[in-house]
Amino acid sequence: MIGVISYLAFFGTVAAILAIAVLGLNLQWGNTGLFNGGVAAFFGAGAYGAMMLGGPADPQQLGGFALPYPIAFAGGIGLAALVAWAVGLLTLRLRHDYLAIATFGVAVALEAVARNAEWLTGGAKGMRGFPRPFEGLFADQFTYNLAFLGFVVIILIAVYAGLERLVRSPYGRVLRAIREDEVAARALGKNATRLRLEAFVLGSAIIGVAGVLYVSFYAFISPQDMAPILTFQIWAMLIVGGAGNNRGAVLGAFLIWGAWTSSGFLLSKFAPTAVQIYTGPIQYIMIGSVIVGMLLWRPQGLLPERIERTKTGNEAPGENASQG
Amino acid sequence: MSGDSILTVEGVEAGYVKDLPILRGINLAVRRNALTAIIGPNGAGKSTLIKAIAGLVPVSAGTVTLDGTQITGIRADRMADLGMAYVPQTDNIFKTLTIRQNLALVLRLSRRREARLEELFALFPPLKDKQADPAASLSGGQRQMLAVAMALAREPSLILMDEPSAGLAPKAAAEVLDLAHRLTREGVSILLVEQNVKQALRVSDHCYILAEGRNQVDGPAADILADPIVGEIYLGRRRMNDA
Amino acid sequence: MIQNLMDGILTGSIISLGAIGLTMVMHMLRFANFAYAELLAIGAYAALVFDRLFAALVPLTDQTFGGLSLTWSLTLATLAAMAVTGASAVLIDWAIFKRIREKADALSMVFASFGVALIIRNVITLIFGLKAELYSNDIAFAMVLSRDPLLLIKPDQIFVLAAALVLMAIFHLVLSRTTFGFALRAVAENPALAQVAGVPLARMVIVVWLIGGAFSAAAGVFYALTNHLSPLIGHNFLLPVFAATIVGGIGSVYGALLGGFIVGTASGLALQIMPSGYIPAMPFLIILAVLLVRPHGLFGEPQT
Ligand SMILES: Nc1ncnc2c1ncn2[C@@H]1O[C@H](COP(=O)(O)OP(=O)(O)OP(=O)(O)O)[C@@H](O)[C@H]1O
Ligand SMILES: [Mg+2]
Repeated sequence: MIGVISYLAFFGTVAAILAIAVLGLNLQWGNTGLFNGGVAAFFGAGAYGAMMLGGPADPQQLGGFALPYPIAFAGGIGLAALVAWAVGLLTLRLRHDYLAIATFGVAVALEAVARNAEWLTGGAKGMRGFPRPFEGLFADQFTYNLAFLGFVVIILIAVYAGLERLVRSPYGRVLRAIREDEVAARALGKNATRLRLEAFVLGSAIIGVAGVLYVSFYAFISPQDMAPILTFQIWAMLIVGGAGNNRGAVLGAFLIWGAWTSSGFLLSKFAPTAVQIYTGPIQYIMIGSVIVGMLLWRPQGLLPERIERTKTGNEAPGENASQG
Repeated sequence: MSGDSILTVEGVEAGYVKDLPILRGINLAVRRNALTAIIGPNGAGKSTLIKAIAGLVPVSAGTVTLDGTQITGIRADRMADLGMAYVPQTDNIFKTLTIRQNLALVLRLSRRREARLEELFALFPPLKDKQADPAASLSGGQRQMLAVAMALAREPSLILMDEPSAGLAPKAAAEVLDLAHRLTREGVSILLVEQNVKQALRVSDHCYILAEGRNQVDGPAADILADPIVGEIYLGRRRMNDA
Repeated sequence: MIQNLMDGILTGSIISLGAIGLTMVMHMLRFANFAYAELLAIGAYAALVFDRLFAALVPLTDQTFGGLSLTWSLTLATLAAMAVTGASAVLIDWAIFKRIREKADALSMVFASFGVALIIRNVITLIFGLKAELYSNDIAFAMVLSRDPLLLIKPDQIFVLAAALVLMAIFHLVLSRTTFGFALRAVAENPALAQVAGVPLARMVIVVWLIGGAFSAAAGVFYALTNHLSPLIGHNFLLPVFAATIVGGIGSVYGALLGGFIVGTASGLALQIMPSGYIPAMPFLIILAVLLVRPHGLFGEPQT
């Protein structure tokens, strides 16, 4: 029994952490129409940022200042936001898919840094020993894990509630206007580029929160944890749940994480050894198929956005002949 | 409509986005061997109308008839085969191709290609001199010239022109419009969109006024020019919802 | 230094071939296609299959010539792979991208291309395994060009560079001399106007996928010939080919060619100042620099 609860707590903690990242992505893609092709980079920035500030000192590394948890937490978020701000500044005024390419590039670049800058990130072996918050307050690991789940869920609820308020505020309406119709947004007299930048940075900061919680939970971070597949997983969670719908984002996170872990479990349990070494590729194909299949057959996701969404900005060839 | 029209547009509704029509019931006729002008305020839907005729914007209702044949919603690339040509308002030449390549592209592998090229160069001597240069090197007036030459290349019976004088110096603008006028005397029919009302009316035979997705007034160019309401509209003193 | 430069030029020629189709597709269909570089992988592996097939069917074709690891069967296999990859590109567009393009916006296409890339890459992994493969297990000996500084070049590398240049030259002749080439350039510059000029757009989309697929396949084979085959070819070339198109300006074929060489040599020379582990990030730095200084690239048009 304890084993099952223990496992469920573990599963719930990771799923809730990922759900926070999905909520951040939803603000960018779902509400503002910004494509973030490097979710893993902002997640990693949050995790590494927190680790460098809050982790134990290591003579071979620059980081490890063992600063108090709140400072490490804020530092992780800050690093994610800073990276987002720099990339957004360069790309948000350009053709919309430049952001996709640049964010993808950021993920590749940061992964390269994580892998190679041993003096800063510990290289491929990563960094360990992050002091888990409030650990001293609990007698045993089991209760601590339950408490940590509670901590993550509280943050998830806070992020969810904050985003719900934001989306329903006039500010959120302007973001949607930008998504739907750049021309109209500009006509409102708002500086669309600045608003998009704000939404992008805020969304990335939320993804950074997920990264901080991740390193808080595992007390360990390595380049493996910010591999490109993470970006795909988070995207799949959002598209399954329903882009534009925060409840959908959370639902998608739990569904896809459930499918991911159970497929991994089933493959390792029942598949022949020859197949088992391909567990990764099989799961990746699954994620890819979920993304493509949803876009083809149910682009609105399981829980569609509740606000009417019209199709605009469709620049099929032939429609951009000559602008009147 | 009367048998002397080459193109008739009846009840056409069209737009870029589903359920958001820009054109809301357009009726007009382009007379054969004549210059028909469309004028109207910015955003009235003039370019959209031309694009709808050319098959670049989907038509959701109504019909377009060219020379007795229904051409509603044709594929734009079939236009030339049907004897129609279109000079877009902006970006109407390929800047990275040379002048000769621009024309050759339109002519394709037609057997008369070389002969036709020479005919076009005879018509537009400045283009002949610069034929091997990238079209990006042309002046504004010369670009418009090339765009018209491309439209003429396949000897269409109808040309749709979208503000060919826009952005040109007064002299070049007058020249382009005079050219359009001259072409109608040589057996081409033209549907011309113009911002410059005075100039347009000077060269055209018949004129339509378009506003808010509908055609509001039409008549012989001389009458429109004399109409006091037209002046008021263009001075912006009166909206023309129910004209 | 010179060694790095040479290697960089070679990689650059491969990136250039890969970027030709991408720049056209990106401009015509107006979306950043993250699945595009997987065509390199499809091409490289298709050539592997055909190579083994031809060598088995007609025994003597597996003789190498002139110090190259190239064989007759691999030569034919490359041509077959170019055809198959072109066809795959058309098929993927028809099965997925076309459907999405008809009902959703450009960013949904970007999104879908992410998924498609993931599927292709891992299907290749499932079929061929994770380990690196070679067309030929014979060791290709490098020629010593100079001893001080030590300069090495493999005959395969010379061949690949020459073959890439020949392909580019042929393509250049087509673009600059034939009406078909004008039509291609017209479509790349302004798809809607091309239609007005009588170019059937739907057919051109197919043609561009075919050409892009064929060139990508050649790029994939050339890479595999001078390095090795791996399911990660697509992933590893994605950022370089994007960088090449952005440097050159989206829609400009010549820009993409030049961009490929710039990205390749810059990455090669970067080895002088940074450890090789950082090289994958080099195209990203180039993209950032271009976006900062000249967002529409060398030959591109400012876009809205
Ligand atoms: N590609 C497009 N997508 C969506 N809406 C468009 C597009 N092009 C034009 N519109 C809208 O259609 C309406 C009519 O535009 P159109 O270009 O036909 O006007 P116009 O009469 O030609 O104006 P102008 O005199 O400025 O050329 C405008 O409200 C414009 O915003
Ligand atoms: Mg117009």
